[in-house]
Amino acid sequence: MMAIASTDTAIRSGRVTRTFLYLVLLLFALFYLLPFAIMVMNSMKPLDEITGGNMMAFPTDWTLEPWRKAWSEAQVGVDATGLRPYFYNSLIMAIPAVMLSTFFGALNGYVLTKWQFRGHNIVFGLLLFSCFIPFQIVLIPMARMLGIFGLAGSTGGLILVHFVYGIGFTTLYFRNYYAAFPTELIRAAQIDGAGFFRIFWRILLPSSGPIIAVSFIWQFTNIWNDFLFGASFADFSSQPMTVALNNLVQSSTGVKEYNVHFAGAIYAAIPTLLVYIVAGRYFVRGLMAGSVKG
Amino acid sequence: MADTAQVDLRTRLQNWLPKLVLAPSFAMVLLFVYGFIAFTVYLSFTDSRILPSYGWVGLENYEKLFRLRHWKIAVSNLAVFAILYIGISSLIGLMLAIFLDQKIRIEGALRTVYLYPMALSFIVTGTAWKWLLDPGIGLEHTMHLWGWTTFSFDWIKNSDYAIYTVVLAAVWQSSGFAMAMFLAGLRGIDNEILKAAQMDGASNWQLYRRIIIPQLRPAFLSAFVILSHLAIKSYDLVIALTGGGPGRATELPATFMYSYTFTRNQMGIGASSAVIMLITIAAIMVPYLYAELKEKK
Repeated sequence: MMAIASTDTAIRSGRVTRTFLYLVLLLFALFYLLPFAIMVMNSMKPLDEITGGNMMAFPTDWTLEPWRKAWSEAQVGVDATGLRPYFYNSLIMAIPAVMLSTFFGALNGYVLTKWQFRGHNIVFGLLLFSCFIPFQIVLIPMARMLGIFGLAGSTGGLILVHFVYGIGFTTLYFRNYYAAFPTELIRAAQIDGAGFFRIFWRILLPSSGPIIAVSFIWQFTNIWNDFLFGASFADFSSQPMTVALNNLVQSSTGVKEYNVHFAGAIYAAIPTLLVYIVAGRYFVRGLMAGSVKG
Repeated sequence: MADTAQVDLRTRLQNWLPKLVLAPSFAMVLLFVYGFIAFTVYLSFTDSRILPSYGWVGLENYEKLFRLRHWKIAVSNLAVFAILYIGISSLIGLMLAIFLDQKIRIEGALRTVYLYPMALSFIVTGTAWKWLLDPGIGLEHTMHLWGWTTFSFDWIKNSDYAIYTVVLAAVWQSSGFAMAMFLAGLRGIDNEILKAAQMDGASNWQLYRRIIIPQLRPAFLSAFVILSHLAIKSYDLVIALTGGGPGRATELPATFMYSYTFTRNQMGIGASSAVIMLITIAAIMVPYLYAELKEKK
């Protein structure tokens, strides 16, 4: 196996070097895994084992009580509701925003590659730059705008915000993907009388699976993990999970229940981790395809 | 066959349709991105306090901003943070990518492990590290329990060192991303050139120094651009990890902007700090994106 593997790479290395390579690689794996693993382990301990014990030790008294408490009982904000309602807020916010931005990104990418018009590059450049702005620059006017339209503090407002600031990235992904799609196929379909939407639905969309996955994963991760917009534009009824978690962890009243905080942090991490583990191959491929490179 | 008038109408519709489809997105971006930027720039020249107000004050906010000690601290913290964060992430990313590129048997699993922190929210990362670094119950405490009683690691509580804990957590979160970019670059290098160089007796070290790493220039550039823009935007991590403290030791421009605008009711100054952040990012991103788009044609 090793012999076969080493024939198709130009770099050769000896046994000692290889042992060293594996050692370093595994040490780094430990570095990335440990913080989260320790957090999981400590979320299953009673509080006195955390404050009095060793964080590296396994629980002597395994318990799921912190998980139950974080989900449905912990004091977040004014009410002792646990993180559950905020978890749902995040879902209700993320799902429509992901679908909307992906759908429009696909259409935009299609137009920008297969129906180019004069100035298409300028339009794309403007969309592209919008991905990278520091969102601090839009916070004040956005707060005003949401207020004027009665969307302040609502989930609808957050969906709009995430949709708008997600279009740049989704357009970029679909544009790069469709750029590699043979234009001759489209011209042929046109000659056969297929119109703009027919070509999109029948020819491009059916072969867009991988890039739709990338767009979904990227958008979902970004929107679920967003904190700035949630902290700026949500009220208690629409606060997303990240903001609620931060409130829970930073709250200064009472005893700091670390085990409950950890369980809460894991709840906040589960959806994106799940997406990454289940669809990770596409995610890595998407990253490797390069966010800017075509 | 359709008659010419019909064909004409159809073609004209087909010509308009793509632009019509693109129009809503484009209009939204024009308004919500560029319109809002213009509005914030305008506010930065006004006497806005708790609410936007339209009394023109010229450059006064900028003059005030640059005289504020708070802002100077935030900017110098950002400089320290950005340099270390970009440098260390790139270094670790490059090393891991080169090591992984040696036909490592468990490459897939390792890549997954290196990259998973990217899927986490900075609030989760901050919560985990805040506690790991807490001298009372975290690493220091553990070392004491293990018998190393003189071990001391209280950076997160020490205003001279707290900024390095932000670097540590941020590197943990995104060095895997740098690894992915470098690995993609490495996979794009032609093996034939390397084999030829080997025939000429080049050592592995020479191969990397002379041929491979110079060919990774685009990957270095992408990593720099992406990481630097993440650094300038850093907000959540600081909020979750240190809250900007102790004192102002980990205050960054992003946290400065938020507190001046929304809690200190100095909207004019907050807006001017946001403008400075935008200009900094634009100075990095615009030439890069311009070059990328040019190259494509």
